[in-house]
This record gives sequence, structure tokens and C-alpha cells, in this order.
Amino acid sequence: MRLSFRSLRLRQQFDLWMGRIGQQWLYINAVLAFAFLYLPIAILIVYSFNNSRYNVVWRGFTWGWYESLLKGSDGLGLGTQIGTAGMGGSVLTALQNSLLVAGISTVVSTIFGTLLAIAMERGHFRGRSAIATLIYLPIVMPDITMGISLLVFFTLCFKLLETVTGIYLTLGITTVIIGHITFSLSFVTVIVRARLADLDPALEEAAMDLGANEWQTLWGVTLPLLWPAIFSGALLAFTLSLDDFVVTFFVAGVGSTTLPLFVYGMIKFSVTPAINAISTLMLLASMGLVIASLASASQSASS
Amino acid sequence: MVFFLLPLAIVLAYSFLQQDIGGGIIWQFTLENYQRLSRGLYLGIIWRSLWLGFLSTAACLLIGYPLAFWIIKQPKRWRNALVLLVIIPFWTNFLVRTYAWIVLLRREGVINILLASVQIIDKPLDLLFTPLAIAIGLIYGYLPFMILPIYSTLERFDFSLVEAAHDLGANDLKTFWRVVFPLTLRGIIAGCLLVFIPSVAAFITPDILGGAKTIMVGNLIQNQFLKSLNWPFGSALSMMLIGMILVPVTAYFWFVDDYLRTTSTKGGRS
Repeated sequence: MRLSFRSLRLRQQFDLWMGRIGQQWLYINAVLAFAFLYLPIAILIVYSFNNSRYNVVWRGFTWGWYESLLKGSDGLGLGTQIGTAGMGGSVLTALQNSLLVAGISTVVSTIFGTLLAIAMERGHFRGRSAIATLIYLPIVMPDITMGISLLVFFTLCFKLLETVTGIYLTLGITTVIIGHITFSLSFVTVIVRARLADLDPALEEAAMDLGANEWQTLWGVTLPLLWPAIFSGALLAFTLSLDDFVVTFFVAGVGSTTLPLFVYGMIKFSVTPAINAISTLMLLASMGLVIASLASASQSASS
Repeated sequence: MVFFLLPLAIVLAYSFLQQDIGGGIIWQFTLENYQRLSRGLYLGIIWRSLWLGFLSTAACLLIGYPLAFWIIKQPKRWRNALVLLVIIPFWTNFLVRTYAWIVLLRREGVINILLASVQIIDKPLDLLFTPLAIAIGLIYGYLPFMILPIYSTLERFDFSLVEAAHDLGANDLKTFWRVVFPLTLRGIIAGCLLVFIPSVAAFITPDILGGAKTIMVGNLIQNQFLKSLNWPFGSALSMMLIGMILVPVTAYFWFVDDYLRTTSTKGGRS
């Protein structure tokens, strides 16, 4: 009896120690994980100000790499042109292309994604559940298969068009925009549809009972309630478009180099702190987007 | 939708066609492209993609689960900020995040300099262009995908169940395996799928961190389409990649999801 009591005490003691070790371990893991997530980015930013061609030893602070980005030449006067390895164009053109593609694809995919979400949630037609499953496919599908299938598709279409009408088209900014709409659309639809499913249908029914027709209900009741979801869908579409490399890589042509393609060209050409500089700028821009979206989210939550 | 399904159907059709010299296509049915997949060279690349996918998924789970658990244990006012800290890297450009590891891993990179300065090594290690570099890049890129679903299941988890298990004499380890783990399994599986899918199909990470020798299926597909100009074989590779991904996903939705849904509601009630 005494023995078993003692062994119980020992076991409790053991469990207590294990629990403490577990707590410590959780804490250490968390610190290491956040270090893992942020140290590479921090080091990347620090070396963008390093006055040395090689990311090795610290040789003093400089803005030179940022200036070189704007000029399109090597800021420290070491010769080589940056970032133009087989890509052509400057950073600013690439940025313009990126913003143009992101802008158009966001607008189009937000409009069609919202309409599709409304049709799927409120409409009654055949094959609704099939579409509901299909809409998830572009989200699950790896981007490389989407990239090559669009490439195959566009090439085939252009070939057909050429043999039928004689018009000769090539890959370019339009195909990039279509590609981006293809993957953004699903994300917008899923987000808007989730919000729509949470909406109380009684609100729309009440509007109808009070004499509003379907369009008036849509404009006056449904859309205002959906606005936060539409906005976050649009924001996601915009970010995905700015971020996308793989799909763009396959469907881009001459003159439609986006910012990620430009950066890729720089990395492949030679590793210089100019890449750190452009990376830092892109990091800052995406941080800005995150903060803006959070601010608008908290604003819409408080109103 | 037309721009998604139609192209995919064309790729499926292409995968059964023959290659013409110079990038063209001969409209004749063949299974040759799929037979070619079983050659040693390609099997090696497929195998590498699979194990790198499993490795990075396992590593993300081992880092991500404890992290999600730690976050949920923090005071409420800190939690959202910590989750945001997990999300921020996800919002930054993938290419930029991958490039950050070049700065760290290359021969004249930060890690080699640090190790040399404390005299652990006397000549630089070849860290870049190895499977290890790819694995690190994949883990780094997709860790948030693991943490977020696990966190959201933990958020819904009723922690009074842990107290109940303790009161009934179970220790921490037993409580975790018998109570917490089964009830958060859905989040774990969702996280694993979200990491495994893009890891197996990775293209940027092996392209930048793996170099020419350690390529994965994604790079092989790119080679077939843009360099070798063997579109039918590239199409067959893509179809195989989709198959590799659809198998775990459909298995999850058809069998595991329903089963877990019923057991987790039961577990919640008892």
C-alpha cells in the first residue's frame, strides 16, 4: 500500500517535470520558428544596403543598389547591366506591366467571381453542384499544370486562328491577363460565396416582400452586405496577380515581362545586392497592402 | 471556367499524341508518353519529388503544430498579432522569399561566412543546389499553410476536455494523443494537403535552389515544354502530376472527411 502510494507520487512528479519540459520546448520551438520565418527576410533587407558586390562582408551603408535599379545599371560602377538577361526592359516597365495585369485581372475576376458566387448560391440550375466542385480545382491544381495547359491552349487557338483567318497572334500581355483571371476567379468566388452562405436569406425576402424586384434587392440589399467579402476577394486577386510567377512564366511573351519575371531574370543572370534592393521594395509594398487591408477590415468591423 | 477546363482537356489529349520533330504534334494515338515515364531517369525525378514533398510536409507539421499550440496558449490579445506574424510572410512574394535563401546558403553566403568565422569549417560548404536546399525552401515557403488550418481547429477545440482528461488521471502525453490529437486531426490533414500539393509540384524552389542536377517533376515539365519541345511527353508528365495530387485529395474528401466529421462531433459531445 505504501509502496504504491510512493510510486504514484513519483509518477506525478515525473508528469510534472514532463509538463514543464513540454512548456519549455513549446516556447523554444515558437522562438525558433519565428526566427526561421523572419531572419532570412531581415538578412535580405540588411544586405540590400551593403556597399559590396558580394553579399558577404559588411562594407558600409549605401543606397547605390536602389539607385542602380532606377538607372538600370550597376550602381557601384562595376560594369554589368543588371536584370536584363534575355528579358529586356527596365524595372519600371516591369512594374507598369505588373500593375496593369493586376488591375485588369482584379476588376474582371471580382465582377465575374461575384456574379458566379451569387448564381451558385441563389440560383437554381442544372449542374450547380458540379460547378461548385469545379470551382475549387484551380485552387487545388498546381500552378505549373495551369501554366502549361494555358500555353498549350493559347498556342492551339492562335494556330487555328491563323489557318482560318490568317491573323497572326503571339503570347503577350493579353494572355497573361487571361491567365491571371483564370486563377483569381476561383478565389473571389469561394470567398464571396462563403459570405453569401452566412447571410440571412430573410433580409432578401423582406426586401422582396416590400416590393423590391430582384435587381433592386441585389443592388440595395445583397451587394452592400457582400461588400467586405468582395473587397477581400479583390484584394486577394490583386495580391495573387502581383505575386504570380509560374503561370505568367509560361504565357508571357516579348514585352509582357512582369515584376516577378524581371526579378527571376535578375536571379538567373547573376546574384547581386540589386536583387536584395528590389526584393526589399517588393516586401515593403506587400506589407503596405497587408496593413491597408487590415485597416479597412477593422474599419468595416467597427462601422 | 472555359479557360481552365478546355486547356486541361487539350493537355490530356496531347498526352496521347506523338511528337513531331521541331516541336510539332502528330495526330496519332499512342501510349508511348506514359510508357516513357517508367524509365529510370524519370522515375528518379518523380521519386525525388515525392520524398521531398513528404519530407517538407513532415517538417512543417513538426514545426507548425507546436507553434499553433503555443499561439493558442497565449493571452487572447496577443493571439491575433501572432497569427498575423505567421501570415505576413505568406503575403510576400514567393520568389523573393526563395531568393533570401540564396543569400544565406551559397558558397559565399551568410551561413558559410558565419561558420568560417567561428572556425567550424575551413572551406565553404556546398549548401546551395542540393536537395537539402530545396527542402528548406519548401518548408520556408509553405509553413504558414500548415499552421493556419491547425490553428483554426485548435481555436474551436474545447480545452476543458484537457482538464477532464487530467482529472481522470491521464498525463499530458496521453491527453494529447487520446484527446487533442484526434480532435484536431482535420486541421492536420488539411495542413498536410496544403503543404504536400505545392511541394510535390514545386517549380520555382528547385529551379532556384536546386540547380540543374537536382530537378523535380515541375522542372522536367518546364524542360519538355520550353526546351526539348516535346509537348506530348510534357503533357503526360503533367497528367501524372495531377494524378499524384488528386489521389490524396479525393481519398481525403471521400473517406477521411466524412469519418472525421462523425467522430469529431461524437467526441465533442461525450
